[in-house]
Amino acid sequence: MNRQIALLVTLVSGVLMVLSGFLIPTQSWAEDVAEWFNVLASIAFVLGAANLAKIHLSKISSRDEGWGFSAVTLIAFVATLAIGFLKIGVAPLETAPLVSMSGEKDGEGSAFWWLYTFVMSPITATMFSLLAFYVASAAFRAFRAKNVEATLLLVAAFIVLLGRTFAGVVLTGWIPDSLSFLRLENLSTIIFEVFASAGNRAIIIGIALGVAATSLKIILGIDRSYMGSGD
Amino acid sequence: MKLQRLILLCIVGLTMTIAFPCAAAPEQTTTAEITPWFVPGRAVLLVWLVLLSAVVLGSIAVARKGVVFKVRRIAGLAAVDEAVGRATEMGRPILFVPGIQDMDNVQTIAGLTVLSRVGRTVADYDASIEVPVSRSLVMAAAREAIASSYLAAGRADGFNPNSVYYVTDEQFGYTAYVSGLMVRKKPAACFYMGQFFAESLILSETGNSIGAIQIAGTAETSQLPFFVAACDYTLIGEEFFAASAYLSGEPDQMGSLRGQDIAKAMVGIVLVLGVLALTLTAMTGQFSGIGSFFQSLAGG
Repeated sequence: MNRQIALLVTLVSGVLMVLSGFLIPTQSWAEDVAEWFNVLASIAFVLGAANLAKIHLSKISSRDEGWGFSAVTLIAFVATLAIGFLKIGVAPLETAPLVSMSGEKDGEGSAFWWLYTFVMSPITATMFSLLAFYVASAAFRAFRAKNVEATLLLVAAFIVLLGRTFAGVVLTGWIPDSLSFLRLENLSTIIFEVFASAGNRAIIIGIALGVAATSLKIILGIDRSYMGSGD
Repeated sequence: MKLQRLILLCIVGLTMTIAFPCAAAPEQTTTAEITPWFVPGRAVLLVWLVLLSAVVLGSIAVARKGVVFKVRRIAGLAAVDEAVGRATEMGRPILFVPGIQDMDNVQTIAGLTVLSRVGRTVADYDASIEVPVSRSLVMAAAREAIASSYLAAGRADGFNPNSVYYVTDEQFGYTAYVSGLMVRKKPAACFYMGQFFAESLILSETGNSIGAIQIAGTAETSQLPFFVAACDYTLIGEEFFAASAYLSGEPDQMGSLRGQDIAKAMVGIVLVLGVLALTLTAMTGQFSGIGSFFQSLAGG
C-alpha cells in the first residue's frame, strides 16, 4: 500500500512538472511540488544528522580504523551547529539594537562567518586546488601514445593547449593569411567548434533521449528499481 | 497497460489541441485580449515529447508480447560481475558513489537503479558494499534499494543498514571523506554513478592510485573526459540510462531501450534531412521553406 501511494505521488508530481513546461496555469502547482520536495529534504536532513552522529559515535566507541577523524567530525559538527543556533558573536540589527541575537547568523564579524571565511573556505579551496595535480596525472596517462586513438588525442590536446596560449600565436604567426587556418589558434578553434562540438552534440542528444525515457518510466511506475522493487 | 494507453491517449489529445493551434496561428490571439496559457515556442518540443513517449510505450507493449530485443554489449556493465567478484576474492569492500545530487535529479535516480542491480550481485556473492551519500533523502532511498536487493537474493539478514550512510551535503567535504575512505579501506571496486562535478577526477584518480577496478556513469558531459581518463570503464551519457535495462533484462526495460533507439533514429533522420535542405537552400537559393520547416522541427 505504501509503495502504491509513493507511486501515485510520483505520477502526480511528475506529470505536473512536465505540464508546467508547457502550460502556464500549471507552473504554480509545479512550484508547490518543488516546495514540498524542499520541505521533505529539510526533514530528511535531521535523519542525516542523526545518522552522522550514530555512525561516528559507533566508530569512536569501537575504536575503528580512523576513529580520530570521526571524533574531529563530530566535534566540528556540534560546534558549528551550536555557534549557528546560539548566534555567537552576531551583531544586533540597527532596528533592534537591544536584542543581541537579532542579526544574521552569518553576518560579518560573527563566529559563524569567521568559521566559514577562515576555516571552511580555505579547506574547500585546498581540496579544489588538488585538482591541478590530479589533472596532470590523469593527462599523463591519457596522452600516452599507445595506439592510433591515443595518438590522435595527444596531437589534438597539444594543438589545443598551444593554441590557447600566447606561445601558439607566436610559433605559427608567420603562416601567410591565405593559410591562416593552419595557425595553432585557428586549428584549436576548429577542433573545438567542429570535432568536439559534433561529438558533444551526439552525446547530448543521447542523454536527452535517455533522460526523457527514464523519466517516463519512473513517472508511469514502469521502472521501480530505485525503490528497491525491480525484481 | 490500460492505464498507460489511457495516459498516452490523453497526452496525444492534449498535444493536438494545444500545440498545433498555438504553433500555427500565434498572431490570432494577443496577450492584451486573453491571458496566455501555453508557454510560447514550446509547441515543437511538446510534439517531440509526445512522439518519444508514444514510441517508448509502444516498444514496451511490443516487448511485453514476447518479442526479444538484442542489446549490444556494454563493456562497463558487463564488467559489474567481474568487479564484484574481484572484490569478493580479495576480501575487500565495494564502494558505490551515487553522485552528489538529491533525489530530484534523474541522474541520482538512474544511479540508484544501478545500485539496486549491483546490490543484488553483492548479495549473491556475499560481498560487502559501502555507500557514502551526500544527501539524506538519497541515503533513505539507497538503503531501501539495497535492502530489497538482499531480500530478492534471499539474504535479507545479510544487509547491513550501516553500509549506507550520510556524510555531508558539502561538495568537497564529501569528496575529502570518500577519498580518505578509499585510501584507508582500499576498496577493490569503485562505482561512480550519478551527477558529478569537480570531484569526479579527485575520486577517480584516488581510486586509480589504490588499484581499484573503477566503473563510472554520468550524463554530465563536462566530467566524462575525466572519468574516461581515470576509470577502467565509463558509461557515456545514454549508456548510463540504459544500465538498468541492460542489467535487468526485463521486457519493459528492454522495450524502453528500443523506443529510445527508434527516437534516436528519428532525430538522426530529421538532422540529416535538415542539413541537406539548408545546404541546398544555401547553394541554390531555393527550398527555403523546407529548410525553415526542419529548423522549426529542431526548435529553431
